[in-house]
Amino acid sequence: MELLLASAIGVLAAAGVWLLLRARTFPVMLGLTLLSYAVNLFIFSMGRLATAAPPVIREGVERYADPLPQALVLTAIVIAFGMTALLLALSVRLRHDSGTDHVDGGEAGR
Amino acid sequence: MSLVLGHLVIAPVVLPLLSAALILLLGDRRRPAACRAVSIGSCVSLLLAALCLLGWSSSGQPAVYAVGDWPAPYGIVLVLDRLAAVMLLLAALLSLAAAWFAAGGWDLRGRHFHALFQLQLMGLNGAFLTGDLFNLFVFFELLLIASYGLMLHGGGVGRQRATLHYVVCNLFASTLFLVAVSLLYGVTGTLNMADLGLQVAAAPADDGPLLRSAGLLLVVVFAVKAAVLPLGFWLRDGYANASPPVACLFALMTKVGIYAIVRSCTLMFGEEAGVAAWLVGEWLVPIGIATLAMASIAALACRNLGELVACLVVASVGSMLLGAGLFTAQGLSAALFYLVHSTVAVGLLFLLAGEIAHERGALGSDLLPGPMPQARHLAPLFLLAAIAASGLPPAGGFVTKVGLLQAAVGGSWALGSWLAVFGSSLLVLVALVRSGSMIFWRPASSAADTAAVRPTPVASAGPAWLLALCLLLLTVGARPVQSFMDATAEQLLEPAGYVEAVIRPDFSSPPDPAGPGMAPLRAQGRDGGALAPAGGGGT
Repeated sequence: MELLLASAIGVLAAAGVWLLLRARTFPVMLGLTLLSYAVNLFIFSMGRLATAAPPVIREGVERYADPLPQALVLTAIVIAFGMTALLLALSVRLRHDSGTDHVDGGEAGR
Repeated sequence: MSLVLGHLVIAPVVLPLLSAALILLLGDRRRPAACRAVSIGSCVSLLLAALCLLGWSSSGQPAVYAVGDWPAPYGIVLVLDRLAAVMLLLAALLSLAAAWFAAGGWDLRGRHFHALFQLQLMGLNGAFLTGDLFNLFVFFELLLIASYGLMLHGGGVGRQRATLHYVVCNLFASTLFLVAVSLLYGVTGTLNMADLGLQVAAAPADDGPLLRSAGLLLVVVFAVKAAVLPLGFWLRDGYANASPPVACLFALMTKVGIYAIVRSCTLMFGEEAGVAAWLVGEWLVPIGIATLAMASIAALACRNLGELVACLVVASVGSMLLGAGLFTAQGLSAALFYLVHSTVAVGLLFLLAGEIAHERGALGSDLLPGPMPQARHLAPLFLLAAIAASGLPPAGGFVTKVGLLQAAVGGSWALGSWLAVFGSSLLVLVALVRSGSMIFWRPASSAADTAAVRPTPVASAGPAWLLALCLLLLTVGARPVQSFMDATAEQLLEPAGYVEAVIRPDFSSPPDPAGPGMAPLRAQGRDGGALAPAGGGGT
């Protein structure tokens, strides 16, 4: 499970960074989204990996998962969601007003 | 402490939040005057609260406010020490000037100016107050998302493009922030900054590489916010394109980065941090020198007053790092004094640049001969602000720069620091003199340009005079301010007082009944696998 999760985070982060370096707004936004997925998984894994372990205290349960990273992930998801929505609105507006989806609002050398 | 005073610590966060909600309810299209009154009223009361808190903090004992009365390190705490109080006062002052200036008509160029403004203020104040690393992230995001809206205020392709760059850079930085925070949590099992200081200090040598990489990631994130050299290219276009009251408040935003660097490096990665002691080492000073050099050279190349002032923001960040990067009492104290003075000076310059651009009509603040600005206060205030920003002798800027030079003497980069400070003062002076003479002494050649000069709204002179008065006060009262900053630097370099105030000695076991899951985490956080509670009271 560790290997699977670690490689998933790595692949997501690498793809995210690659897309982030593109020159069009849409790939950049996708890149940021993938990066935020990678980070969310990373935060989650920092609470140690465990299966079938509840985060909330219950009668007769011996093993617990750490609840704090789960709460952090929730916060991070909400924030990333809001930011992505804002970035999307901004990109669409820029595309509309400047007539191009280049991140600099125009092709190089123009 | 009395009950009211105890709750005053959270006022800088709650007050702007309530004001923002009230402004949204009132609606800035339907009742613009009421919205302005609420916004300015909130800033005035924040200023009063900040003055109270400053007086309180000067006792030297950090005040701790446990939100929801959950004790640290389990709950989130707000901590008011001298540094936080200074930053709160600065934020209140600049926001008052900016909100007042915006009430002159800038706020009606887009929707929801005052609501976003108050939310950003809440994020700033929260970032200065919080004692919890994840909470710091949340306040950073709050102030950033409000700042995106504010930067777009007024519309236009230039603003949208600059904002896009700004948003993408900051989103990436936020991602790194989360990685750093969760790494720290994974290794130490806590997010409270005071507790992190203890845990990092007690960490075994095996954890050294992880802790150091997490700490350095944090510094990189804060350096992006502070617009330090290789990470700060988003700043110039963004600030130059923002509307003047927004830019005035943004003058403070880079200082949040500096604040966070100083706070984390002294509290968590300071002298007693064991495997991660003095994490950034001597890196900050050469980076500061490079930032200062680049910004000063860039200031010469600017064709627009707004861009020039944005370059001054970056230059001031470089100067602060020169002092703060030494992490000596003298260096920190000089850097903090410089921070306060330069932020006020740059904020004033942003307001003046906006007004000059407004008066010159289509020409904007481009540095070309054009119609002379007519408002009487512009020329003397520009002179005053230019003297303050370039650090010429009569102004407080000179005192702060001498402090930086004196602090640099003992450091390993003394010669470089001296050259950078002197060189940049000269370059900035040349750039400011050139732009001032271009704007005020080269009147329009054609009658059409003169006719295009618009009258200035009377209200806009007030906030500029307010900031100028603060500059004068900082100059006249340099002595008491300096001694307060000395005390602040000493407090920063002795984090034990901060830690003792946050982690109460009478609190050793987790609170019943919700806490039992937490205790084993601290004890066995590094074992991996699922956690077993150590027979806590709740099970």
